[in-house]
Amino acid sequence: MTPAFEPEALSWYEGSARQRIAALVDPGSFREAVGPEERATSPHLALFDLPEQFDDGMIVGQAAFKGTPILVAAQEGRFMGGAVGEVHGAKLVGLLRAAKSLALDVLVLFDTGGVRLQEANAGETAIAEIMRAVVEARLSGSRVVGLIGGRSGCYGGGGLIAGCCSALLVTEQGRIGVTGPEVIETNRGVEEFDARDRALVWRTMGGKHRYLIGGADRYVDDGPEAFRAAVRDVLAAPGRLDLATLDAEQARLERRLARFGAARDATDIWSALGVAEAPAVPGLSTQAFRAVALGRESAHDAR
Amino acid sequence: MTLAEILAGLFPEGHAVTVADGLILGHGPRPGGGRVHVLGIAEGTPLGIDGALALAGRVLAIARSGDGAPILMPIDSASQRMSRRDELLGLNEYLAHLAKALMLAEAAGHPTLGLLYGRSAAGAFIATALATARLVALPGAHPEVMDLPSMARVTKLSLDVLTQMARATPVFAPGLDNLVQTGAIGAIWDPQRPLAEQMEASLAASHPGGDDRDRLGAERGGRPRAAAIAERVAAQVAGRA
Repeated sequence: MTPAFEPEALSWYEGSARQRIAALVDPGSFREAVGPEERATSPHLALFDLPEQFDDGMIVGQAAFKGTPILVAAQEGRFMGGAVGEVHGAKLVGLLRAAKSLALDVLVLFDTGGVRLQEANAGETAIAEIMRAVVEARLSGSRVVGLIGGRSGCYGGGGLIAGCCSALLVTEQGRIGVTGPEVIETNRGVEEFDARDRALVWRTMGGKHRYLIGGADRYVDDGPEAFRAAVRDVLAAPGRLDLATLDAEQARLERRLARFGAARDATDIWSALGVAEAPAVPGLSTQAFRAVALGRESAHDAR
Repeated sequence: MTLAEILAGLFPEGHAVTVADGLILGHGPRPGGGRVHVLGIAEGTPLGIDGALALAGRVLAIARSGDGAPILMPIDSASQRMSRRDELLGLNEYLAHLAKALMLAEAAGHPTLGLLYGRSAAGAFIATALATARLVALPGAHPEVMDLPSMARVTKLSLDVLTQMARATPVFAPGLDNLVQTGAIGAIWDPQRPLAEQMEASLAASHPGGDDRDRLGAERGGRPRAAAIAERVAAQVAGRA
């Protein structure tokens, strides 16, 4: 007998997009828009003899979170690495436009390597539309919260969309970047970045580093309860986007460049942030990590 | 066209635009009075954390000034700078910050117009030209998401196969016409006609009331499904709210 799905036991990293949504929002409250029964598949993958998926790797809809209506989107990292194609991207664009007109907050569960190369031009254009839709939703008062802890991380255009969100929650396994390790190595050589050095990847792009430098607002454990608690916190905080917000972000990013611009390795930055045993950070438990991360650079509401 | 020729065409009476470290900064006069802020990327320069921050700082200063003058963003860049240092320091935040600054300036009354006149790729393209309210290009411009040899490695298809497929389908292949078909690029300017006039026409068209790139992509055939899917998601969500 197959045991029933236990939402609370879900590993965010291991789970599917649908499992993550089910475990995150109020039980039974999620209602999908343009679901798999509509067969909204990619019109381009057949050119490459690649299989389609009925949801194109993007699940969107509305739900309740602690009793309040909210919109949710989740990328399925198990389908083409969560890569953004025409339909995948358009579903998120539609959801964000609805968020603006309905004045609802949005949760985006990232799990993506970036643009889907087989439909690169459509995917790249979709990324630009999503960023604009995020900004327009935020300008009209919606919060757009990014949750990052999937297998594919949050790379390429996904990293840029994340940078437009009002708050970011990340797990230890969550990685945020633009150029992935393999692409840096391919273009610049193994001396610049050894993609097989997993420890280097984690400490350069992983959740602990992003939290320490202010690239993420909350550091959470790899499960739904931790994400729910963090979502509740950030939805209670202001998520405004205005000139003051971006002036503050400009100052925050200038400060980061001035403080750490000459650092060679993440451990140099962590030491400068007051972490006594910087090389030990990757092995620390959540509790121990939070204790040493007290001197981290905070994003406050400058995002 | 070279940047110097373009600037001479845009501003026949002269301008105050300079290039330093691959970044374009300055302004020029408009025919009917007032000015156009000019900032962008030249000489095929990759966009890293330092350049993105410099451009964003300038955009925010313009937004703060409240002069309402348009922002023209000429782009001839490489991709985002691919380096360990840029990723270590959070390049995604720096690029997103620049894109947000451009959209905020637009919301604050500064029409934004991208002008792709050379190359651009990937994150550098998204954070600059694709973050403007309207994007135009000059013939010979060459946008791409990824070059075909790199794409061959990722898709595990041979370069020969990809090159052949690129002739038949616009959806993945690099090139100006292909990004016109997706709706990403609104129009291509005619280098034989006065650029100043074309800039004024593009600025006048740059506030069509919302992002119309998916509708353009449907009309032009490069993105047959995006506009309908986005509309359907929004309608279903609104219908249940």
